Order: sequence, then structure tokens, then C-alpha cells
Amino acid sequence: MTINEMHAEAVAGVVDRVVARHRRDPSNMVQILREIQEACDWISPEAIDRLQATLGVPRTKIEGVAGFYAFFYTAPRGQYRVLFSDNITDRMLGSKALIDRLCNNLWVERGKVSEDGLVSVGQTACTGMCDQGPAMLVNNLAIAGLTAERIDQIAELIRGKVPLAEWPAEFFQVEDNIRRADILLDSDLKPGDALRAARARAPSDGLHASNMRSWREGLPTGLGGPAATLDEIKRANLRGRGGAGFTTGLKWEACRNAPLKSGQQRIVVCNADEGEPGTFKDRVLLTRFADLVFEGMTVAAYAVGATKGFIYLRGEYRYLLDQLNAVLARRRAEKLLGENILGIPGADFDIEIHLGAGAYVCGEESALIESLEGKRGTPRNRPPFPVTNGYLDQPTIVNNVETFAAAAMIALNGGDWYAGIGTKASAGTKILSVSGDCARPGIYEYPFGVSVRQVLEDCGATDTQAVQVSGPSGVCVAENEFDRIIGFEDIPTAGAFTVFNKTRDMFQVARNYVHFFQHESCGFCTPCRVGTSLLRNLMDKLHHGAGSPYDFAEIERLNQLLQSMSHCGLGHTACNPVLDTIAKFRPYYDKRMMQQDFTPAFDLDRALGAARQMTGRDDAAAHLATEHGGKA
Amino acid sequence: MSQTFTLDGKTIPFADGQTIIQAAADAGVFIPHLCYHPEFKPHGSCKLCTVKVNGRHTASCTMRAAAGMVVESDTEEINAERRALTQMLFVEGNHFCPSCEKSGNCQLQATAYHLGMMSPHYDHFFPNRAVDASHPEVLLDFNRCILCSLCVRASRDVDGKNVFALSGRGIQTHLIVNAKSGQLGDTDFTLADKAAHVCPVGVILKKRQGFAVPIGERKYDQAPISETVGEGQ
Repeated sequence: MTINEMHAEAVAGVVDRVVARHRRDPSNMVQILREIQEACDWISPEAIDRLQATLGVPRTKIEGVAGFYAFFYTAPRGQYRVLFSDNITDRMLGSKALIDRLCNNLWVERGKVSEDGLVSVGQTACTGMCDQGPAMLVNNLAIAGLTAERIDQIAELIRGKVPLAEWPAEFFQVEDNIRRADILLDSDLKPGDALRAARARAPSDGLHASNMRSWREGLPTGLGGPAATLDEIKRANLRGRGGAGFTTGLKWEACRNAPLKSGQQRIVVCNADEGEPGTFKDRVLLTRFADLVFEGMTVAAYAVGATKGFIYLRGEYRYLLDQLNAVLARRRAEKLLGENILGIPGADFDIEIHLGAGAYVCGEESALIESLEGKRGTPRNRPPFPVTNGYLDQPTIVNNVETFAAAAMIALNGGDWYAGIGTKASAGTKILSVSGDCARPGIYEYPFGVSVRQVLEDCGATDTQAVQVSGPSGVCVAENEFDRIIGFEDIPTAGAFTVFNKTRDMFQVARNYVHFFQHESCGFCTPCRVGTSLLRNLMDKLHHGAGSPYDFAEIERLNQLLQSMSHCGLGHTACNPVLDTIAKFRPYYDKRMMQQDFTPAFDLDRALGAARQMTGRDDAAAHLATEHGGKA
Repeated sequence: MSQTFTLDGKTIPFADGQTIIQAAADAGVFIPHLCYHPEFKPHGSCKLCTVKVNGRHTASCTMRAAAGMVVESDTEEINAERRALTQMLFVEGNHFCPSCEKSGNCQLQATAYHLGMMSPHYDHFFPNRAVDASHPEVLLDFNRCILCSLCVRASRDVDGKNVFALSGRGIQTHLIVNAKSGQLGDTDFTLADKAAHVCPVGVILKKRQGFAVPIGERKYDQAPISETVGEGQ
């Protein structure tokens, strides 16, 4: 009996076990579905039957959640589910040829399940291995540094039905590639030191934080630590590292001052849903500096008076789960998590890890909270904001992994120390994820204020044409702008730094990013749901040689609409890569504008592609001559 | 109601907790909308009701009114954007007004007329969506679904049944029903449900009732949608 043929009883057993482990709590729905799929390969109607019965939630709710996340399958996808990372950097490293090679090897069509139900091969958004691509996920476990040889080995293992646990360990090796370290990546913080420093910190004169509540509501006051710690965060002028750059001290203070209703607690959430294509710094921070991140979260809990913490880890980093849980367990044993932390009575805080399941939009903080609550990852209407009405309507702060790491260092060394690093407007350091056309891709930590040119020199990039800073939703920087600096006053960034040399076609870069946004739109609001598809169609139209000046005007119009009417940042930024590249790399577009007058996107010859595929023909007689020479 | 804001220059009074669209409706001012319905919790997804508040775009069905707000709604710029959204909804689904039972009673169609939409403008997506005729009383024609989620909210919040939900993501987002078979006939849905009567377009249709009222004499044939403001409040 194969796993796919598991008897309904066995499925029910799995479901019951998973549901019990999650305390029959429907707010863990995303975790429950993930674990069921890990055990059963997919989420079958029988599994949903059982879930409905044991959790007592309507089937529509379960199917609505399961249908939202790209990594959840409500139809069988094989025992081996291969997803190639489809970032532009993977393509530049030859991923397309490798996909074809694996498909040919396994006799499977891309996107489909093999006839024997053994394997499927598809594509997914950037998996965060851009410094060591091309990469793939097999049953959500990351494999980087793919080569033709490795692909052949993988095909062999799949054909031989070798369990994933028995595949060579080196396949799953992920490199850290730390190339330049500064205060965070050079940190040798001993677990607990930042917390002890925070606790010892006495309130100083001119305290910004006005109230002096202790760790938990209702405890006798008298500890100067929490308010003083918050004060240091403010003094440090720390701003969020996830891209938006909101002032961390203000966010924490708003959460700390938010009233608690009876039975509520404050929540600290670490956003490790590092989905922006080209970003992989959080992967390294969590691999090498997990203690620093957890310590930062605990400092935050101390400062705002929170008792519960979550890490929302992107599903692509599933391979980090066990080691992160081990670090959490060790910290509990060291009294750095759990009850009475550091022996302070009532100082209670613990951290739970939730995994995402292939939804970029969950990096948006309110969508992330929805996902933590076991729902579809749709951004909420705001106000109210998470600091007052977040996880299960409780006051919640959501900060980036790197922000928490910085907060730990600030707790240890003080705000003035931190504010002295970087520039006047941008305090501290920024970790860049450098990939693309350079000799030394990897992680680079710089004080804010470093120029694009300096980073390019350090990573060994030559003949550079453009750098996409902060991923598709960021900005495309051309050669004449390389003296611009990384910082909130010039180029703010979540960390992606993707280098393109002069052999690259910037139109294809933009088109890849547009396809990404189309795939990741949550579908909640009309402008983004339909607009990203319209934009993708326009870019494909240009790609097929049917573009005209009319299409430029359309892109411009769509951009305005997406920016003004969209529900969240995804829609607001979806046109950025196209507009940037049109403005800065117009010749790549002009080359495709063989039409001066409007030309329809429909192409009769391309429409016959399906018929050619079905009949296995590709000879000249199976093609029509087309007016604009489009190629199928 | 001593507090006020201005809407296109007109002074609008509002009570604490009212959204812009609620206060506007009370004052007899129409703001185009599709997913908003006065009886249900606002959803904020269709974005048709977007206005500019102090210069910033925001959905008027979710934004609470505040004293002194300067709101723009019936401007050429905003109506052009609303028209584009309406066009998007038309090309996303399969909307063939001349043969649709809901024609003349359809909010999408009436809103398109209101906004002066003369063509779909964008290329049609022509999605492949099956109809569900399994229920004895009701036909579901998903071709016309605009994902407003009114039936979802009505079934969940009023009927207490959760017959409908949205599944899928992005352009694949779609309405599902609460049955293992996926068929409405296998649910406890009835014509008496609130959810049977809230669809702004022609998805949820009573069977054997075709063309009971001739086209030309239907709701929005009698008066444009802008004159239905305040209905149901």
C-alpha cells in the first residue's frame, strides 16, 4: 500500500494525532494542515471530513484555508513533490534547463503529476537560496546548488522511491556565505546577557517612555528595566528592517500602552516570512544567530509587557524548524524562556514557531496575523492596527528578524551606542542579501550609508548594468546611480541586492517580477487580483512581439490604478519593476516594439500550440505564418 | 450628531462609529459600491467605494468618519478609477448581460451604467467556470461571481450555516459551498436563507422564475442605482 492509498482510517489517525497536538484549536489551522500534508502527502477529502468533525469547524473554512496557500494540495501531487525556485537569479543560473532535464528524466510534464502518481515537478517563487542557486524544494525541504549531475542523481532517487530521509545529507547542505560582518554578524552575545543588561538598566533622566508598568499587568511596579529598555530602543532610532522602516520604539510603545481586555495578553511576533525574491538574510540570522533573534524577542516582550511570542517562518525554511525548536528548548532550560525568566517573578514569555505555506502576502503584518490565526492570509482593513488589535484581537507587535537581532544588541550596549553607527537619518547596520552577477554572492552587513558602488566592488561585480535593491517591490538602480546610498534617506531596503551585468535583458527581469506578483496576489481586492493578471498579460504580449506604444500607456494607467486603489503594499508596488525598467532601460522594450499601431494580444499560431502539443507535431506545416512574427 | 465632515464640499453629519459610506447614505449621498451592504460587516474588497480622504485614497465602507475630514468622491479622477475597476470585474468573469436573468436587477450592470462604462476595455479572461444546478430551488452560475462575499457573510452571520466561502488565491479565487461533493444540493441551503437574496449579480438565482418581470421594467430600469441610496438602512 502506498502512502497515497492510505486507508481513510489511517488518515483519520493522522488527523486525530495532529489535532490533539494542536489542542483542538482551529486557530492553528495552517499548522494542522501542514502537518497532515507532511504525513499524508496531500490534504484529502477524507482528511477534511475528519478535521471538520474533530475541530468542529465548517468544511468551507478548511477548504478556504487549504486553497489559499500554494504549498497545500487538495489533490494528489505525488509522493515526491519537486518545486524549482523561479527567481530571476535561478533562471540566470540555468534553472530552466535543469527543470526540463528532470522532467525528461522522470517522464513527467512540468506542472503535472506523473502517470504512476509518484512525482510532480513544478515551480515556486524564490526559495531564498539566491546565493547558491539554482534551488528547489522536495516535499518542502530545500536543496540548493543544483547541477545537471545532481538533477540526474535526484531523478534516480525518485525513480528508486528512496525515502527523502535516506537521500545524501550533502544534498540538503545550505551555506551561510557570510562575506562581511558588522555588529550583528560579529556578535558573540552570550544567551541572556542582553536580557540581564535590560533588567539592570535604570530609568535615566528624560525618559521618553512615560509609564512605568512592569513586565505584566497588575504586578507591583518598581522595576525600571522595561521602560528604560524601551527608552534605549527609541534613543537608538531603530527602524524596522522588513522594508517599511517604521520606528520600532513607537510601535513598541503603542503596544505597551494599548489597553488589555480581560483574559488578553500582549503578543510579540517575529516576521521570518522572508518572501521578497532575492532576500535570504533572515535564513542566515536564524541559522547562525537564532539566540540573538530570540533574545531580541524576549527583550521586546520585557519592554512591552508581552507574554506570548511567535516566529512566523516561511514554509521554504521548513528545514530550520527542528534546530530552531532545539534552541528554544535550550533557552527554556536556561531560564531564558518560560516562567519567571532570569528568576524575575511573573516574568513569563515563551515562543512558538508557526510555518507559512507558500504565500508571499503573509509577509504583510496583518496578513501574517490572519495566517497565525489559522485563516487565509488576507491583509486586514486598517485601522485598527495590530499594536492595539492584532493576534486574536490582542495588542501585538510584528517585527522583522533583523530588527529583533538589533534590539538585542541595543539592550546590551544602549541606544546611544547604536545611534552612533550608520548615518544621521539611518541608525545602525543593514544586512544585504547579495546575489546575481557577482563573484562572491552572500550576506554583507554594512553600516547604513554604504554606496551601491561599494557593495558592487566588495562582492566582485564587474560590468554591472543594474541592481535591483529590495527585490521586485523595491527599486531598480542603473549605472549612473551607483553612488546612491543604502539608507532610509535614499534607498531603503529589506535587504535584497540583486546584480545584473550587461548581458542581462532587463525586460525579462521585469517580466519575471510581474509574474511573481501575479502569482502572489491574494485576490482579495479587485485592482490587485485583476490588475496583476492584466499586467502579466501585457508583459507577455510584449514578450511575444505584439507590443505597441498603446501598451506602454496601458501599463502606466494600470500602475496608477494599482497604486491608488489596492488594499495593501503588494498591489501598490506591483508595477514598480516595469516602470523602473521602462524609465531606465527603455531600449530593451523598444526592441520588442515592432508594432507602431495597436496589435491584439491574440495570436492564432500561438493559440494552436495546444493542438500541436496534443498531436506531437512541430513541423512547418503545423504552424501559421503570423503578422508580427510572434514565436510560440 | 454634532460632528461633521465634508463630502465633495457638502457638510455631512455623522454619529460616532459611522463609516463614511454610512454617513453619506444617511445624508442621501450615493457612493458606488458592490461588496458593501448596510446589513453586513464591511468587507472592503471591491474597492468601488474608494474615496479620497484628505487627499489619500481609502475605502469609504471601512473608514470611520472623523470630524473635519475632507472627502472627495464624485470627481472625474475617482470615477475613472471606479470605471476601470468595473471593467476589470467584467473581463474577469463571464458577463453576458443580454442573456442574463439578473439584467436590470444587477448592481454590477447598474454601476457600470452609473459610471458611464461604454466598453470592457481590457481583454476578456473567459474563465472556465461550471454552473451548479444540483439544488432543487436554486441555480448557482459562478460565471458572474465578483467575489464580493456577501453570500458568505449572510450565510455565516445571519443564517448561521457557512454554506459559502472563498477558496483559492489571486486570480484563482472562487466561491465554494459547504459540501464534500462541492454541490449546493448537498448542503442545508434553502430559499429562505438570507444568503439566497443578497447576491448583487446573477450567481444565486431562483429556479423556474426566469423573466417574471420583463426587461425594461426591472429595478434599475425604473431608476438609476444612484437613486437607491439609503436602501436597506
